[in-house]
Formats: sequence, C-alpha cells, structure tokens
Amino acid sequence: MPKNKDLRKILVIGSGPIVIGQAAEFDYAGTQACQALKEEGLDVVLINSNPATIMTDTNMADKVYIEPINLEFVSQIIRQERPDGLLPTLGGQTGLNMAVELARAGILEQENVKLLGTQLSAIEQAEDRDLFRALMRELDQPVPESEIVTTVEAAVEFANQIGYPVIVRPAYTLGGTGGGIVDNEEELRETVANGIRYSPIGQCLIEKSIAGMKEVEYEVMRDANDNCIVVCNMENFDPVGVHTGDSIVVAPSQTLSDREYQMLRSASLKIIRALNIEGGCNVQFALDPQSYQYYVIEVNPRVSRSSALASKATGYPIAKMAAKIAIGYTLDEIVNPVTGQTYACFEPTLDYIVSKIPRWPFDKFTDANRKLGTQMKATGEVMAIGRTFEESIHKAVRSLEIGVHRILLKGAGEIDDVTLKSRLAKADDERLFLIAEAFRRGWTLQYIQDTTNVDWWFLDKIERIVAFEDVIRREPGLTQETLLKAKRMGFTDRAIAELRREGQGSGAQHAIEADVREYRLSQGIKPVYKMVDTCAAEFEASTPYYYSTYETENEVLPSAKEKVIVLGSGPIRIGQGIEFDYSTVHAVWALRNAGYEAVIINNNPETVSTDFNTSDRLYFEPLFFEDVMNVIEQEQPIGVIVQFGGQTAINLAGPLAKAGVRILGTSLDSIDEAEDRKRFEALLRRLEIRQPKGSTVTSVDEAVGTARELGYPVLVRPSYVLGGRAMEIVYSDEELLSYMKVAVKINPEHPVLIDRYMLGKEIEVDAICDGETVLIPGIMEHIERAGVHSGDSIAVYPPQTLSDDVKRQAVDITMRIAKELKTVGLVNIQFVVWNDQVYVIEVNPRSSRTVPFLSKVTNVPMANLATQAILGVKLADLGYKDGLWPEDEFVSVKVPVFSFAKLRRVDPTLTPEMKSTGEVMGRDRLFAKALFKGLIGSGMKIPQSGSIIATIADKDKEEAIEILRGFYNLGYKLLATGGTADALEKAGMRVKRVNKLSESSPNILDLIRTGQAQFVVNTLTKGKTPERDGFRIRREAVENGVVCLTSLDTVKALLNMLEALRFSSSPMPVLQP
Amino acid sequence: MQARLLLEDGTLFTGQGFGAEGASTGEVVFNTGITGYQEVLSDPSYCGQIVTMTFPLIGNYGINRDDFEAIRPYIHGFVVRRHEDVPSNWRAQYTLDRLFKEYGIVGISEVDTRMLTRILRQHGTMKGILTTGSERVEELKERLNASSLLRDQVARTSTKTVFSSPGNRERIVLIDYGAKSGILRELTQRGCDVVVVPHDTTADEIRRLSPDGIQLSNGPGDPKDVPQAVETLRRLIGEYPIFGICLGHQLFALACGADTEKLKFGHRGGNHPVKELESGRCYITSQNHGYTVKEQSIAGTDLEVTHINNNDKTIEGLKHKKFPAFTVQYHPEAAPGPFDSSYLFDRFLDMIREHKRNNPQRPRQAQLAEALRGELQYAQK
Repeated sequence: MPKNKDLRKILVIGSGPIVIGQAAEFDYAGTQACQALKEEGLDVVLINSNPATIMTDTNMADKVYIEPINLEFVSQIIRQERPDGLLPTLGGQTGLNMAVELARAGILEQENVKLLGTQLSAIEQAEDRDLFRALMRELDQPVPESEIVTTVEAAVEFANQIGYPVIVRPAYTLGGTGGGIVDNEEELRETVANGIRYSPIGQCLIEKSIAGMKEVEYEVMRDANDNCIVVCNMENFDPVGVHTGDSIVVAPSQTLSDREYQMLRSASLKIIRALNIEGGCNVQFALDPQSYQYYVIEVNPRVSRSSALASKATGYPIAKMAAKIAIGYTLDEIVNPVTGQTYACFEPTLDYIVSKIPRWPFDKFTDANRKLGTQMKATGEVMAIGRTFEESIHKAVRSLEIGVHRILLKGAGEIDDVTLKSRLAKADDERLFLIAEAFRRGWTLQYIQDTTNVDWWFLDKIERIVAFEDVIRREPGLTQETLLKAKRMGFTDRAIAELRREGQGSGAQHAIEADVREYRLSQGIKPVYKMVDTCAAEFEASTPYYYSTYETENEVLPSAKEKVIVLGSGPIRIGQGIEFDYSTVHAVWALRNAGYEAVIINNNPETVSTDFNTSDRLYFEPLFFEDVMNVIEQEQPIGVIVQFGGQTAINLAGPLAKAGVRILGTSLDSIDEAEDRKRFEALLRRLEIRQPKGSTVTSVDEAVGTARELGYPVLVRPSYVLGGRAMEIVYSDEELLSYMKVAVKINPEHPVLIDRYMLGKEIEVDAICDGETVLIPGIMEHIERAGVHSGDSIAVYPPQTLSDDVKRQAVDITMRIAKELKTVGLVNIQFVVWNDQVYVIEVNPRSSRTVPFLSKVTNVPMANLATQAILGVKLADLGYKDGLWPEDEFVSVKVPVFSFAKLRRVDPTLTPEMKSTGEVMGRDRLFAKALFKGLIGSGMKIPQSGSIIATIADKDKEEAIEILRGFYNLGYKLLATGGTADALEKAGMRVKRVNKLSESSPNILDLIRTGQAQFVVNTLTKGKTPERDGFRIRREAVENGVVCLTSLDTVKALLNMLEALRFSSSPMPVLQP
Repeated sequence: MQARLLLEDGTLFTGQGFGAEGASTGEVVFNTGITGYQEVLSDPSYCGQIVTMTFPLIGNYGINRDDFEAIRPYIHGFVVRRHEDVPSNWRAQYTLDRLFKEYGIVGISEVDTRMLTRILRQHGTMKGILTTGSERVEELKERLNASSLLRDQVARTSTKTVFSSPGNRERIVLIDYGAKSGILRELTQRGCDVVVVPHDTTADEIRRLSPDGIQLSNGPGDPKDVPQAVETLRRLIGEYPIFGICLGHQLFALACGADTEKLKFGHRGGNHPVKELESGRCYITSQNHGYTVKEQSIAGTDLEVTHINNNDKTIEGLKHKKFPAFTVQYHPEAAPGPFDSSYLFDRFLDMIREHKRNNPQRPRQAQLAEALRGELQYAQK
C-alpha cells in the first residue's frame, strides 16, 4: 500500500526536557522519526523545548520550534503551520499527553489535524485503569486483581479476599507517595490510612502483589494492514517489584521455553491488535516462575525507553519504522535497513546476549533512598553485548563508570551478614554486587534465590564468575587455557592482574595489568568483532555495528580510508547528560564530511550516537581502557578525539596517550594544565589573570588552616570531579571537618581544593580555537549567583546586565587562556564577576554542557568547527575571526529541569552540587518573554495571582523583603511563618501567619499539601540533616508539584518577569488645578 | 572432552564435546530460533542433519517432558556456542547432555557458531563430520568424503503402524512422512478423529478409513526420495480435501506436476515472513525446509500460488484450482515458533465442511443398501 497521499505536512512532538523516566531515548526516537518522514518528502514541523537534542537541530525538520510543550503553544503552532497530521507517539509520555490534551480541547478537530500512529481511544484504553482492565477482560488477558477503596475497612475486606501481600497505591500522589507493599492487616491499616490522607481525592488502589514473579517485556509493532511482529523480548534480572527502568535487563529472554515465549508473544499481538495501534507498543508481563500463569502489568501504546533498548539490542530501528507506518506504509513493503535486501516484516533474531544496567544518581545524592521499587530512579543506562551472559554482564558493569570493572564492590566485604541479607531481599542499586559478595561468603545459591527471587539461571552465572575468580587466583602459573577462559567470561586484564595479585602475591608474574596484556597478546588472545545484523548471519548485512568477543572469526573488514575514533560519553548521569552526545554526533558528522571514516565507541543505548547510521562504524563497547585499546588496535586510526565525550573520554586521554595513541585536538599536556590545580594556578599567574584565592590541601589540618586564612565561607571540593560532585560551601570549622570526613572518603587519591567563596554574578563562555584564532560564539550570564552549580542556573544569552567592560574582560581572558593552552577544539571557561572584575573559576578543556544551547542560539556550529579545527582546518580560512561573535537580537534562556519528585529524601535546594537532569530553552525578542517560556517549558506553573509561602533565613531577610514586596504589589498574598511574618509586617505588608511544623495543625505542610500556595520561597538555613523543617517544606512542595524556589536570584528574576509581562492597573492621575 | 567438527570445505572447528561420545556425519544446517531447541532437535525433519543453533546459549531451560516433537530425536549432531548445563525452568527435568547421552547423539559446544553460520550461508549447506575421538584430520576427511547423505529419512522417521487419536468430529487421516507431534496436537485440539498412517500407506488403505480429509505431514529430506508417496497422492487429490505441510506441500506439488529444487541453505527458524497473496497480509512463520517448489514449474499445472516468502519470494503456499486442497511450506503447528498461522487448521476444517455441503452424500442407509447390493451381486457372480 502506498503512503497516505493526504499527508503533506506533519507535526512531531518531542519529549521535552530530560527527566528521570524520560531521557535521551526520545531524542534518538524523534531524530529517527524526523529523518524517516523527511525521506518521504514530507514537510516536518517539530516542537520540542529541549535544546540539547539532535532532533532540534534545524536540519532535522523543515521547521523547528523550541517552545514549551503545552496546549497554548502547541495550539498556536498548529494554527500557524496547519499540519495535516500529528505524530505524538515518539515523544514519550509528554507527546502522548499533549495529543490527548489537544484532542480533548477540540484543536485537532478544529484545525483538521489527523492523529497518526495511535488513536485517542487506544491511548485512553492503555492509560485509564478501568478501561484497561475492561479491555484485558474482553481479550481474556489476566491482570492482577485490584479494587479502589476509600476506607480502611474496605481495604481490609478486599485484602482478605485476595490474600496478602497486597500493593497499596494512593490515587494521584506523585512518585507513589504513601504507597507500598504490605504483608499483613496491621501494615495494611496503617498504609491505607496514610494513603487516603495523602491522596487528594481520598482514594487508594489495593492490588494483589505479584512481586517476585519474572518480569518479561515484548516490543511489538503493527501496521494498518494488521501485520504484527515482535521486535524483541526482554527478561528482567530483577523480579517484578522493581521498575523496569531500574532493573537489570537481558535480551532476549533466557529462561523461557518456546511455549512460554510464544504464549506471551501471542498475548502481546492480541493486545496491540485490540488497541489498533499503527506503530510500536510495549507490553510488560509478570510470569509465574512455577506455572504458565501470567499477568499483563502494563501497556505503553508508543515508542518507549524499552523500544530504544530493543532497537539497539537488535539493530531494528523501531522509531523509524513507526514513523513510516504512521504515514501509511506497511511492514512488508519497508526494506530492512540493516540487510538492505530483506523487509521490515520479520522478527529479528539475536546471536548474542544483551545486558542493560541502569545508572543511578546515588553517587551524587548520598542522602537519597536507594531502595528500588515502582518509582524509577535511574538517570541513564548502559548496554553491553556478549556471546555469553558472563561476558555481557561483565562488559555492562565496567561500562557503568562507578569505579568497578568486575562484579566486586569496594567495601562490600565489610557489610555484616544481617545487613547483607536484608539488602539482598529488598533491592537497591548495588544488589548485583551484593549477590556476588554473598557467593564469596559461601552462601548457597538456594539461599540467595530464596532471598532475592532472582532466577536460578542468573544466580548460577554469578556463582560461576565468583568461582572462576578463584581459579585465576589459585593457578600457580597462569596458563593460556585459563587466560582464554577468563577472557571469554569477560574478565579484564586488570581484573586478572588483580586476582593474580590476591592469589599469588604482588611480586608474582602477571600481577599487573600491562603484564597480563602483554602475555595475552603473546599468546595470540585477541578479541574479534562480530556484527549486529538483526538476522543472526542468515542474510548478508552491511551494518557497521560491532561488538567484541573472544572467538574465532573477525568480521570487521579493513578499509583503506583514514579513520578517526571519537569516544562517546557513556551513560547519562547528572552532570554528564545528553549535551555530550549532541557534540559527539556533530563531531562524527564533521569527520564524515571531511572525508574521514568516523568510528564511535560508546555504550549508551539511549542515544543518537549509538544509532548505527550516525557513524561509519559503531563499536558498542565499554569506555574502559582495555576495550578502547582493542578497538584502536583493530582500526588503526590516525588518532582519537576525546574532547566531546565529557569527563569519561577526557579521563581516558592519559592512559591512551601513555599507550602511544595519538590524541587529536588539545594536547594531553594542556588538558592536564587546565585540570591540575597547581599547574592551572601557575598558568593564571603567568597570564596575570585573577582567580578566587584558594589552595590545594592534602590533610585535614591543612584544610582548616587554609580555610581560616581565606575567611569563611569557603568553597571546598575534591580535585578532578564531574558536575561539581561533592562541592560545597562551608561556613565554619565544624562544617569543614564534617565535609572533609565524607569527601576524603569519596576520593582518597586526590587532594581537596579550598577557595574563597565570592558571592558574585557567574558568567560562562564557550570558545573554539584552532591554536591561532579564538572564536567566542557567545557569553552566557547566569541568573543565580556563584554558589549554585552552573548546570543548575538559569543561563541567559546574550547577557542582559553585563557592562561592556566586563564582557571585554571575559573575552580577553578567554582568548589568552585558549591561546596559552594551545587549545585545538573547544574550551569552556566559567567566571565570577566581583566588583566589576572578572575572576576565573574553572577552565574545561573540552566540549561543555552549553555547546548545544549556544550553537543553536548563535547559529555557530560549534562542535563541527571544533572538529574541523582538530583536523587542521584554520578558522580564518572558514571566514571566522578572533573574538566575540555578534550578539543575536533574540534573547534565549536555558532553564534547568530537576527530577526531585522521583528521588525521595533528596533536598531540592540549589547548591554547588549539580542536581538538574535536563534543560529547556525559552527564546523571544524580550527577555521577560523568553524567561517566561523557559520557566513554563520547565514545567513551572506560574499563576497570575495566588499565594506565596515564604520562610526566609535570617541572613537573607533584608534582600528577600524587597523582592516579596514586589509580589505583594502585584496582588499575590503572602503567607509566612514566625520570623519571616514579623519581618514582612514590619516592612508594612499584610501577611497571613502560618503555623510552623512544630505548631498545631493546619501547619505549613498542610497548606502546601492542600494546594493553598502556588509558590514556596525557602532559603537554606545551615545544617543538612533532612529532619530540618526547611527540608520537609521543600520536599512537601516538590511532592505536591508546587514551585519551590531556594535562590533569591530566581525569585527576583521571576518577579521582574511577572512585572514586565503584566498589565498593571493604576488609577488615573488626579488633575492638578 | 574435546570434540571437533570438520566441514566438507575443510574448515575445522574444535570445541567441547557433550552428550554421547563417537562420530557421526550429516548435512550441516543452521537454525535461527532463539527459543525452541528441544522442538528443533526432536523434529524428525532434521533426521540425518547436524544442526547448529545461531543463538549462543542452548540448554537454558533444560529438557522437559512436553516439548518433544517426536518420541526421539533423529538429528546426527548438535553444534552450539555454549551448552548451558544448569537449566532453570519449572518444567525442566534434565539437561541436553543427558538427553544426548541417552540417544547416542554427539554435541559440540564452545564453537564460533556465527562463523559456522556465515560459512553455510556463503557456501550453502554441506556435509560435515562431528567427532569426540582423536582421529587425525586426514582420516576424518576420508570418512567424510566416503559418507553420503541419507535418502531414506522418511522411512526412518515415519510411524511403522497405523494408530488413532480418537475424537468426535471430522475423521482426518494424517499421513506421517516424519510428522511433528504439533500437527496431531492441533488436529486433536479441534476435536478431530485422527488416524495416523505410515508414509507408504496406499490410496486404497486410506480410502478404507473413510476420511473426511487428509493431512499431509512435514518430513525430512528431498521429496523426490519418496516417489511412491507422490503416486499415492495423485490418486487421492480431488477425492478428499487435503491440507499439506512442508514435505507434504512439496509432495503435493510434485503430485500436481510441479517440480522442486534444493535451496542453498534453506529456511530454518521462527521468524520468516510469509505473505498471503489474497489478503496482502504478512505472517511470521516457523520454517524448516531445505527444498522448495520451483516457481517456474507452476505454470501449466492446476496449482495456484497462495503464499510467498516476503524475503526471497520463494513459494510458501499452494492451492489446487479445481479441488479442495491447499498446502503450505511452513509450519502452522508452530512448536517451535509463532502460532500466527494456526488458523490454517481451521481453514482446513472449514474446507472439509464446505466440501461436504457441496457433495451431499446420500443417507447412510441408502449407501449401506447399495453396498449390500454390490456384495450380493459379487456373491452371485
């Protein structure tokens, strides 16, 4: 069937900012979709508020709108663009929700826009609990029994009927607040009582618990001709009870016989057919490990995180196919892009095993609750491919970049048995490692299975890995046979050396990594590379998508072209997000344009960089020295580019250079000069550039002495960190000592930096340098003053409040540093402005978080130019000049987005430690409008009237009063507790007094919970114990979706914006006689 | 225990032996199914073949009582990347290793099965010898060259005696050319009264069973190795509604005057797309065949192509233009593989019912009277 001829222009909705649960996978999906639609000659209009994405590059669609994804803006774009169709299924839940809103508001009908892919009824049937259950009943598909209750007694009665344990889910509470699994009546009574109280509509869902069953997922596709296929199925290592986004997952399923596989496959097809979906769909099942009994847990009528994983796991481009189907193609007529000779209507078959491990933010949020449950907490994930589970899981573990390279967690040996058992029983982020620890303690497989409910098959593999560690340890001389076996199981040279050291002493042969490597190569033990081809080699394929394994045949064909390897940035984590993937992709494109063969190494399944169409060759491998070296030896590139892959790639530069690999771009020595504190200070001294006073200390005593000398408050942090990890402002000796205890434990090999804390305006610059010319696309001004991490600040381009002199200083310093460092490529510099003087805070000799934003708003293709510079092209020859690029007439604002609602116990206060997971952009001719769009786009609700609850620390009162007066004058009501209320009244404002937490109900928390305040302004009182009132107020706001502002700078910006956008009413001037 | 696999082209794979010790020869083929190894290794259509699974981990869920497609396996060897010897599944009763030991089948693991598959894809299937012994390679080569592929697999795998699987609906005669249990399962699930007969049962013997329809089973090898089966079919076409599967499909085509040929490396797996030409719909099918009906040979026959493979466009389904008979090259009984095509069994039964409606038989009593009259006349002569 040909494509639908009625469609000429299509609107695609993106997924907006990166938050936990909705990440880079939708950039991958959206990018593929836009490309697929353009291929067909359609006009593509895209809306997405997230500037850090490839899909919002202007060449991805005919028109790109980086605007808030809400009814108002999307409706306006629809009216302006008059698209024929709307494709919402590639923009995650955001896209789907937007489609529903547009349909319900009648916009689609009014403007005659056809909803493509999934019909409204299907969305409703999948999302609405009752409709979903009715549909499942109709299809004869089992779902766990459940009932909605409004009283504790009803809950008890129902639980008695279905038996314990049961799950309690309070209705409409964010992040599952107040819910949980209960084992008996007593727990049930307590939980339901709480749940009813938390639920704004006083309802709880009581559901039969199926925790402990196997969790299996199917990725299904269907076209308008009712052709249905399963792209991939996946089995979770963690049994039901842990969110699939937080589970370790393998593909394909490993413990299902064909009967079970086909039973669930048939059920999936039945469901996608009943929903009439034209595109992709994800079905999640719970399968009883002791019978054929199964339950349908959830259906996602759209492309999802799992489908991104399935696409990378199989090579089958789900999003691209979904887009083609949406415009009328059928699966049997779309050519399978992997083989080029077969069609998309088939089911990929794998000849390898894929492991996915989530990447959690608990290294940054040490206070967060690490237990895993039904609320997803991971920010990203890694994927690895191997020919055995052992190989695959080992590769995944070392891709995580959490300081481990085998299934061994530092410090696990010190956990006592009781704690170990309880942590095995209730999953947290480290359970995989703890299982290995239990085996090391000699616990039996049966016992561990009884405790964890993890399938015997997986546990057996971990036991084998642990057992083989002993073989490596104990063998008197490391035989070739053992070495080969170890490599086939995925052990690294480093792990083998470590084990030899443990077993044979540090003086023994092969007790250091380099020796193992040399011995291994001398024995001819080298990895081979196999292709991911969707068809297990049944058909010839030309996909340049490879993984390593230790077998016989190598499938990589040598090529005569000059090659360059670009290192990716690994899993998405706070501080190293999608922005780095954006730059990586642009670097690869620039390389290909320049006629080089671009080779990517990366392990993040969610991204555009790991789409096999992006590069000439994709190696899906850990970004670990050994794995990277192996690829380098295979490919023999002219060099490796490390500056686009964030700190991950930069950290590899040293070891690679030492191994004789040529690092392209800024030299290793310059990187070191920028990152090594002492050398960096010397550099600035040499150039006579100011920086906040500070020094490097290596002991606690030294730290105290230095801090006193500089004068509190001081900024402390360990050296060589990412995203401001463990950076803090401390105000006293006492705080410093407690910080030193934690920080030094985090990073024992590296010293700690102590700086004077300057409370000034922060600005940031990205520059491109070819060693001669320094091009500065723009200066960004941060709204929050120094002390809030630059990634968490609202950034404005072009700067709105900087004097020409300050700009000149920043430009001048940037040019001098870039030249002195002989930068070739990108450099990012952060400054603080203090008394009209510009001080340098830090220099990052690499691509930064702001590159995509700045590239988009200045129209300077930064990563592309940087790559050309790295290849030896002179900026001058491209027509660029030294200095600052002319400023844009539009104002653009980058607003951070947080995922606090998903992370219990994390303090939403903005600090030097980065906490945001994503960003949005607002752009307009007026700053106030741009900011408004940014804030709205970030999810902030900004009512034109309402109430503000203020609890202000004494140190901030003076400043806060004047800002609050502004809101007061705009007609907002002020609510405040004790001291703040006094201060406001004294300043002549009418305030409604609110009870503190310690006072009687209703107190401040009740007001927030019941929606009586639209904003909470809370500034930090010192002391970080979560029990503090301030913490509870901030958490309550976050959990109830109330805007919580902790920096007065943000509050002030908000006020200025409201004042500028508001029509003010003032009485007519009285006529003078 | 070391084991080796030597291919006709001289490629030698060394790995670990499992299952029985010894040596065996056969045609080396690959199957791309991820699940379903138990069904594959017990599918009689693999009789005489050394099967490699492209999925690397085999044995994960063990061997159970229920998933055999025949009472015993007929394969001549099994090649895997990794033999998983600690199965995990609630139905698992023992390991692949034990099954192979019991039936004297040699298995080899730790082989680069992807490399093997690529060789077979490029050169086509070829003979191979699998051994756990320490023979010199030259000796293996000689043995391999001296060996020839089986031609009598149908006789080896077909039932030796007639047996019935009673039901109270249509009487189906299932001609067993090496049938998978799945076919019988699908028919009995639909209430059919099934009589399974050996491959060399004559047309008259079949008539004597008064079937409502005839089901032709799958089976191993080259359809041209069983000419007498083709002969028998020729007599039955038109007389009874017929549904043929796999080898049964090929035999039917030969009986109708079409021709068959060998495929380079066959279709073996559970992910092959088949297009039903009438509806334009595509079905994911389970397949296992090394031969196919030649497209050019259809012209001039009473056959019509109903299904094609959406990838290589080979014939996947036929129907007779005049008589109630249709056949498919793939496996609607699944096991292993998707159940998407099980509707074909319903279609078969519908065809039988329609045939009955169109050919109303006289009341039983009248038939009986006629028969008695005949006997009387016979006696009088």
